[in-house]
Order: sequence, then structure tokens, then C-alpha cells
Amino acid sequence: MTGRKFWFIWGGLFLAILVASALFGPFLSADPAKPDLYARLLAPSFAHPCGTDELGRDVLARLFSGGRISLAVAVSVVLLAGGLGIILGAVSGYWGGRLDSFLMRTVDVMNCVPTYFLILSLVVIIGPSLFNVVLVLGLTSWTGMARLVRAELLSLREREFVLAARAAGLPARRIIARHILPNLGTTILVASALLAGDAILIESGLSFLGLGVQPPVASWGNLLTSGHEYLQLAWWLIFFPGVAIFLAVASFNFLAEGLRDILDPRMRAGS
Amino acid sequence: MLPLLLGISLLSFAIIHLSPGGFLETQVQMSQKISPASIERLRTLYGLDQPIHVRYWRWLKRLAVLDLGNSFTDGRPVRDAIAAALPATLLLQGISLIIVLLISIPLGGLQALRHGSTFDRSVLAGTLLTYSTPTFWLGPVLMLVLGVNLGLLPVSGFQSPNYAELSFLGRFLDRASHLALPAGVMVIRDLAFFTRYMRGSLLEVIRQEYITVARAKGLDERTVLFRHAMRNALLPFITILGMSLPGLLGGGFIIETIFAWPGMGRLAYTAATGFDYPVIMGILLMSSFLTILGNLLADVMYAVVDPRIRYGGTR
Repeated sequence: MTGRKFWFIWGGLFLAILVASALFGPFLSADPAKPDLYARLLAPSFAHPCGTDELGRDVLARLFSGGRISLAVAVSVVLLAGGLGIILGAVSGYWGGRLDSFLMRTVDVMNCVPTYFLILSLVVIIGPSLFNVVLVLGLTSWTGMARLVRAELLSLREREFVLAARAAGLPARRIIARHILPNLGTTILVASALLAGDAILIESGLSFLGLGVQPPVASWGNLLTSGHEYLQLAWWLIFFPGVAIFLAVASFNFLAEGLRDILDPRMRAGS
Repeated sequence: MLPLLLGISLLSFAIIHLSPGGFLETQVQMSQKISPASIERLRTLYGLDQPIHVRYWRWLKRLAVLDLGNSFTDGRPVRDAIAAALPATLLLQGISLIIVLLISIPLGGLQALRHGSTFDRSVLAGTLLTYSTPTFWLGPVLMLVLGVNLGLLPVSGFQSPNYAELSFLGRFLDRASHLALPAGVMVIRDLAFFTRYMRGSLLEVIRQEYITVARAKGLDERTVLFRHAMRNALLPFITILGMSLPGLLGGGFIIETIFAWPGMGRLAYTAATGFDYPVIMGILLMSSFLTILGNLLADVMYAVVDPRIRYGGTR
């Protein structure tokens, strides 16, 4: 099996399972918010494949609804940060000049600030919630994408096909959107996959510490928080959410690896 | 350098003033009986009646002498709180960084030399998997297994209660055993990045013509690798270390919180959950300044190590 296929198959398989379970799981499982005080802290069984939590809620059902949140966070952060990064990077790289140096200084400033501390202070000031976490993650993680896109633009804008398009009198917006950005497809996809993995990791970390999605809404991160309290009594409370986060993040990283192979065949691992 | 400092101070100032209502309103809400006259007096006292640029200038002047204000929760100067937390973070980060480099440089190097082999691919898969493991999951699990069930290592904290009474060797062992779990988790997380970097860097270098020349001269493979290839492959690490500083200072915040490690990350967490604005702003600023300093140091180091990029001067 060639390298590219290997990463694609495993990454894609994990991701497909996760997406399918987030979409259809809630219809097949118990009510994630319904407590049953006679069924507290039950070990995994046929009725409750991942056990029950301290209020007798079905862990599998809570995992499914948490999966929806994690995937929603990943998608929205990619759209927000990726969109911002692509637009600012393209503008910066295509026109250059003062705007470019202003934007790149901004990127430099953002890169000197420890992201976690920035996220922490913003989340505290505007308050912990799902929407705010997405907002803060989106506004703090666009710099990498902007740098990538700008660097590519700098070299592409001097190429003949761009000059030809410019000579033909096309407006700059159309040149960037139709002629330049399609050449960056793989680069953008790799960066987006990495962004998605990191977004899930950071969101669940914040939720774990009580700074993200707030209970009673279930997210993989805050499932771990309650699991932490019953660490010695109920291993399944911490085991399954951990595996879920791990699989989601790994699938995005594997996909990025497969895409990266296409981008730079010289760095390919395994053939 | 100076524009960066200014940019960071502007960013932090903007964040403080983003806070809805500001901290005066928060304090007013806490004591309902406060009279409008005293609110006005407080406003003047804190200088909040001044226009924004005057406030920024005043704040900047205090910043220049490292006056970051006092903590809301325990009243001690923010500067002291950070100074007390910094050594623990540096110790944890420094140790784990050294371990990471000791593992990832040989590992990534070997990957590049056996590029395309099963070894290469399994290391890549392995590091991708460790990178994907959430630290806030691995931490508690290791705590339970190694700390509680097997009783091999202390579960959390910086040192044992009887630390002061221990001999020198005892203190060393005590600190090392407390470091083991948080540093271990951190190493597992950071391994992927540095290994990948080393692999790419060496792979790039061994394809250069001067390596072919060195081989063509008849030098043995060891000399080619260590004298010619490794030296050049390791150069970018100086920059990479400088660039990863913000991640190193802030990235341990979840690990420090889980293991009750009294560093910057845990300080930031307690400040955040206690709405202690001065402390969290101070941490944001100080860690950014330290990062700029680190980047500057990396640039200087690079010029020292690599004669090709010395600015100006003799050629």
C-alpha cells in the first residue's frame, strides 16, 4: 500500500465513522439528558454499551451528542479562521505594500502571544460558552493560514498565467479567486485538516477545565471532567470520551498527512 | 522589536477594555449599597474618567517599570505572583524540552536516513498518534495507574511536604519524581512536532550537492553524516526553538492545571476562573515579552553559529 493511500484510508475511515455517529447516533440511542437514579455508574453492558454516568445517563448517547459539538466546532473554526486567513493572506500577498506590512506585523504580534493565554483571557472576559469558544479559536488561529496563502501568492502573482489574466483586463478579485486560489487547493486543505484537529483538541481541553461548553450540554471535554471525579470508581467515564477525542483528532491528522504527500512527493514516507 | 512590543501592549490594552462594563462595574455589582458619589470617586481614583489615549499612556508608563497592578484575589503585586510561578514553568518546560530533543533528533534523523522504509512510516504513524492523544486524558489515566494503583510516583504537586528536611540527594529525587508525570505527558505531546521537523530538515540537507561532493571525495559515511549533514540540518532548530517559545510557555497550562504544578499555566487558570483581570493580563504581557526576548536571542545565536547570515560587517 502506498503512503498516500494508507493515511487516506485510515483517516477517512475514522472520520466517516465519527460523522455518521454524530449524525445518526442520537436517533438510535437513549436520551442523553435523561437521568435514571436507579442506574447510576453502571459498567458497560448490552443496554448501556459505554456504561452510565453519576446521574445514570447513558454515556454512549452523551458521546454522540458531544460528537456533534466537536465536529461543529471543527467545521466552524475552519470556516472562520481558514476564511479569514485565506482572505487576509491573499490580499496581503497580491497587493503587497502598506497593507501587507501592516497585516504581517499583526501576524507577528499574534505569534508572539502564547495562544493559550490569549484564548484564556478572551474566554474569561466574554464568558465561557460554545459560541465564544468558536469565536475566540477562529480569531486566534488564522495566522498560520494567512502566512501560507501569502507566501504562495507572492510567487504565483509573478507567473505568466496571472500576468496574462491581468493583461486581459480581469479584475483582481476574479484573478485571485479563479486563477490563483485553485492552485492552492491542497495547501489549504492540509492546513484546514490540521486546524480542525487542533480545534477539537483545544475546545475539549477548555471544556474539560470548565471554560468551554457548559453542562448539562454534553461535550467530549466536559464528559471527561465528570469522569475525572469518578476516576477510581468508573473507568468507562473517562475511557470512552478520551478515545473519541483521540480518534477525531487522529483522523484529521492522518488526512492531513495523506494530503501532504500529494503536495510534496519528495517528503513521502513509504512507497 | 519595538513595533512588536507596542503591538502587544495595544492588543492587551484592547482586551482589557473589551471586558463588558470593566472591572469597576463588577465591583459595584458585588456591593449593592454603594452610593453614586462613591462610584464617581472610585472612577476618578482609578483614572477611568480620563480619555482612552491618556489611560493607555498612563498604563504604558506603569508597564515600563513592570508595575502590573495588584491581584484582585489576594492583593499581592502581579509582578510577584508571576515571578513566583515562572521558575516552576521553566523547570518543567526546560526538562521536557531537553528530553524531547534527545529523543526526536536521533529519531527524526534516522527516519530521514531510512526514508521510505517501514521504520520511517511507523515512526510517523506513532508520532501522529501521540500528538492526537489529549493530555487532559492521558494525564489523569497515568495519575491513576502509576500514582494511585501502583504507587510509583507522586500524583501531583511540586514537592513533598517534608521537602525542606530532605538531604540534597533526597531533594533531587523528590523533585524528579514530582516532575516525572507532567514532564512525561508533555514529552509525549511535543515529540511529533520536533521529530517531523528533524526528519524534514535532514531529508532536505542530504539531497544537497555538497553532500554528494563530500561522498564523491571518498569521505566515509560517518564523517559525511556528522560533519556535513547533521550540522546543517540542526541549524534551523535554533529558529524553531525561538518560534515555539509561546507554545512552550502557554501550552503547558492544561498539564500544569491537572498536576497542580505551581507554574504560569496554573496561575493563569486560577486567575481566569477567579476573574482576576490584572493577573491574567500580566501573564499575557509578560509571556509575550519573554517570547520576543527569546526570538531575539535565537536571531543572535543564529548569526553566531552560521557565518553566512551575519548582518553587515566584513564578508
